[in-house]
Amino acid sequence: MADLLIELFSEEIPARMQARAAKDLQKLVTDGLVEAGLTYGGAHAFSTPRRLALAVEDLPAMSPATREERKGPRVDAPEKALEGFLRSTGLSREQLEERDDKKGRVFFAVIEKPGRPAEEIIAEVLEAAIRNFPWPKSMRWGAGSLRWVRPLHSILCILSDEAGTNVVPMEVDGISAGDTTKGHRFLAPASFSVSSFEDYEAKLKRAHVILSAAERAETIAHDAEQLAFAKGLQLVEDKGLLAEVSGLVEWPVVLLGDVAEDFHGLPPEVLQTSMKEHQKFFSVRDAAKGQIVSFVTVANMEAADQGATILAGNQKVLAARLSDAKFFWENDLRVAQSEGLEAWTARLENVTFHNKLGSQAARIERIAALAATLAPMVGADRALATQAAKVAKADLSSEMVYEFPELQGLMGRYYSKAAGLPDEVAIACEEHYSPLGPSDSVPTAPVSVAVSLADKLDTLTGFWAIDEKPTGSKDPFALRRAALGVIRLVLSNGLRVHLDRVIDAQLLRHEIEEGDEKKQALLAAVLDEIAHHGVFGAAVRALIDKIEGDAPAWVGQVTAHLPDTSDDLLAFIHDRLKVHLRDQGIRHDVIDACLAMPHNDDLTLLVSRAEALQAFLGTEDGENLVQGFKRANNILSQAEAADGVEYSFGPEAKLAEAAEEKALFAALDAAEPAIASALKAEDFAAAMARIAALRAPIDAFFEGVQVNAESEVLRRNRLNLLHRTRQVCSQVADLSRLEG
Amino acid sequence: MAEAQTTEKPRSFQELILRLQSYWAAKGCAILQPYDMEVGAGTFHPATTLRALGSKSWAAAYVQPSRRPTDGRYGDNPNRLQHYYQYQVLIKPSPPDLQELYLGSLKAIGIDAALHDIRFVEDDWESPTLGAWGLGWEVWCDGMEVSQFTYFQQVGGHDCHPVSGELTYGLERLAMYVLGVDHVMDMPYNDPEADIALSYGDVFRQTEGEYSRWNFDLADTDTLFQHFKDAEAECQRILDAPADDPKTGRRIVMAHPAYDQCIKASHIFNLLDARGVISVTERQAYIGRVRTLAKACADAFVQTEAGGWQAEPAAAQ
Repeated sequence: MADLLIELFSEEIPARMQARAAKDLQKLVTDGLVEAGLTYGGAHAFSTPRRLALAVEDLPAMSPATREERKGPRVDAPEKALEGFLRSTGLSREQLEERDDKKGRVFFAVIEKPGRPAEEIIAEVLEAAIRNFPWPKSMRWGAGSLRWVRPLHSILCILSDEAGTNVVPMEVDGISAGDTTKGHRFLAPASFSVSSFEDYEAKLKRAHVILSAAERAETIAHDAEQLAFAKGLQLVEDKGLLAEVSGLVEWPVVLLGDVAEDFHGLPPEVLQTSMKEHQKFFSVRDAAKGQIVSFVTVANMEAADQGATILAGNQKVLAARLSDAKFFWENDLRVAQSEGLEAWTARLENVTFHNKLGSQAARIERIAALAATLAPMVGADRALATQAAKVAKADLSSEMVYEFPELQGLMGRYYSKAAGLPDEVAIACEEHYSPLGPSDSVPTAPVSVAVSLADKLDTLTGFWAIDEKPTGSKDPFALRRAALGVIRLVLSNGLRVHLDRVIDAQLLRHEIEEGDEKKQALLAAVLDEIAHHGVFGAAVRALIDKIEGDAPAWVGQVTAHLPDTSDDLLAFIHDRLKVHLRDQGIRHDVIDACLAMPHNDDLTLLVSRAEALQAFLGTEDGENLVQGFKRANNILSQAEAADGVEYSFGPEAKLAEAAEEKALFAALDAAEPAIASALKAEDFAAAMARIAALRAPIDAFFEGVQVNAESEVLRRNRLNLLHRTRQVCSQVADLSRLEG
Repeated sequence: MAEAQTTEKPRSFQELILRLQSYWAAKGCAILQPYDMEVGAGTFHPATTLRALGSKSWAAAYVQPSRRPTDGRYGDNPNRLQHYYQYQVLIKPSPPDLQELYLGSLKAIGIDAALHDIRFVEDDWESPTLGAWGLGWEVWCDGMEVSQFTYFQQVGGHDCHPVSGELTYGLERLAMYVLGVDHVMDMPYNDPEADIALSYGDVFRQTEGEYSRWNFDLADTDTLFQHFKDAEAECQRILDAPADDPKTGRRIVMAHPAYDQCIKASHIFNLLDARGVISVTERQAYIGRVRTLAKACADAFVQTEAGGWQAEPAAAQ
């Protein structure tokens, strides 16, 4: 048995790619070995900034010889068939055997492959692995054609057993495998040869390289905590940063430095963001003061002066970064305090949001108008919601956000407070971007909810109005995320909003030509009517009919393409809702059954229907009722199709003959008012329970009653009864859409 | 003696530049002069952008004054300038020891690798305006980015083959670090013991103020928008001209004059950006327009001899 050691030594591999690359190397090589018949005992992969390494244990010296027999065509088969067989086996006619088979005399091929030396297989497998390596991004260099993540300098590939160690002969694009590597770039640059994995790991450590990323991370975490602890401070844990930093060093040397007191007054988020993003520093907190007062940097160098120069340099860079941040912070505070956030919003007039959707300032106006409409629906104060919407994006004009775009919203909160705005407004500045993803927290403060919802709906209606919808994997304006945001805002706050009306109104706002101020009052009235009663409400018509003289251009939009666009957007939101609910375990047919009901733009109502239905279907009664319902539905549909009539006349109880028939009448009479009152209270679970109680009379009806009675009067009455039954059962959801 | 001289620190901004010049000259680069147009970065110099294209070998180094109007701070900020210098090295094909060569240049300007923490941190370079990208790093010295190190993969939409290695040093930042200066304006420009010792501020403080005011508040945006359109149109017009010059009867593809207009458009865009009149979404459109020009210029350059074009061998008589 032999052990294999591979090292691919290159220029610095991006930190974020190293762990994945080590795994890929292991998989490519071990899969290739196994496929070629070389089994192995164990395998371990490693990565540092400059190398990927793989150790494979217990490989046989040769792959086993194989013998395969394959049956071919009959001896008297056409020449073509024989040719095909020869091609597929790689043999000549003389090498085939003829044997007797049940079908007669047939050709047999015996393919014998001798075992191959491990070296040969390894060389092939490694070359293929290098050439087909799945780097997320790779490059060429010099005049060569090989691709690697950065220039590949050397390949170490040795096979060692009791007898000794041999280099596996191989070559890729002019790089020949050997048994040497190099240590730390500065601390041990000379090359040295190795004879086994243990030798490799030990010599690397002597050459100031810790091979294992986990070991480097542990060293960093441990040393950083110790340094902070020794000063009575607390390290702010950051696993992502730790993983990244472990990939930036081969020989971690942890240093702790102080954040100059000048900067302690900056918001901690600003300090943390600046230090992490720009410098890859860990933040260190003074728990007593609640401030970030120090930082930890991880060097890749053991310097003669114990890191004094390195630390001084890092401190200086940090000071420069933070003076910038402080300069922005102070300038911004000055503007916020003296001119107010509206000054920043006004500047957004010159900033185009999208060339077909006008300026950021126009967008903010629309969002504010919608937030005002939404405010009473979400329990927010109308004036506060409007005010919040008007300043929520003001920080986009601030210097801090220009420099650190990821601080948008958060800075708005700080600046709103500085400007003396109400807390609700300040909080909305920060929260109105949320939720950003499926796991991001959802705002609950009513003012934040109003602005957040308005922001997302304005984005969606805007891009729908200009027909820039997501297609396939392309969603450059993150509209799917916006739709999910709307869904999560509505559901987790239990909001009761008729989305289609709000969408109609906002779509219309996008159609209005700027400067169309003459009819502003009329417009405001129309928009308000639409948002509350829908596009086709009589009140909207009446308002439009009252227009004297030339009607503004947007009036045409109210009736022209607005409803289609609006339906399309609502359908998009429903699609996203299906995805969202599927993730929560609600069946897609359950959602479809509920979407078929009226007021499906009220997502809270829709989901409470779906949840009641899903729970109902989980019970025995529910499952049986659905079967009974389907039976009734099938009989009825067939009869209706055959007779060409709809059996929707009320059935008459006095015509009932059988006991089961009478019982069903009685059960429906009893259930209907109870269901109606449960529905009125929007208690879908109770309504479903009442419907479920119909299961026994329905089953009994089918058991004891012949629907297709000889008497035409009886038959018609029974079909009408089934119709009534179907209607009663369909009040929570359209059960005919359920599968199975 | 020579060894002692290289590890000793330079004493002025210009000495650092002179050391880089002689280092790269000694390594065989042609020391070029700055391009005589306003550019945002040394990469825009045709000695980089255009010469990275085609199959011909190339090795050049030069200082390039660069302008980033949005970075103006009236000369007050210790680290930010709207006009600054980059040192640029381009070698094609990239030599296998380019990292070592680069580290040698740091040594030449007095950065002792035994005392500092020098790191190659992933930074994929992309210039949307030039239709160019490459993979490489920003080089950190004690946490400070001192250079950009890139292997060009594509320029002007063309795959680079062979690949050029590009090094860009931010000279002020690097010099401030080496000289131990905290405010750029305090940095000695020439020998601090010269009879007339000049600081960086003596040379540039006033101009930073003048340009900051103009860039941010006075540059006439209508005029700039018009200049942008003019440069765009002129670039296209130059490239539309047939290769055969009727006057001389020679084949003259005017890649460089066209590229000058592309550079102009790019700088005007930067000025408009500093005036705050271009939104996030419009930005993309403007960048796209400059990129279209850059690509067209790259297409033209590969049709020139410097770009690797060869006349069809004349048919045998």
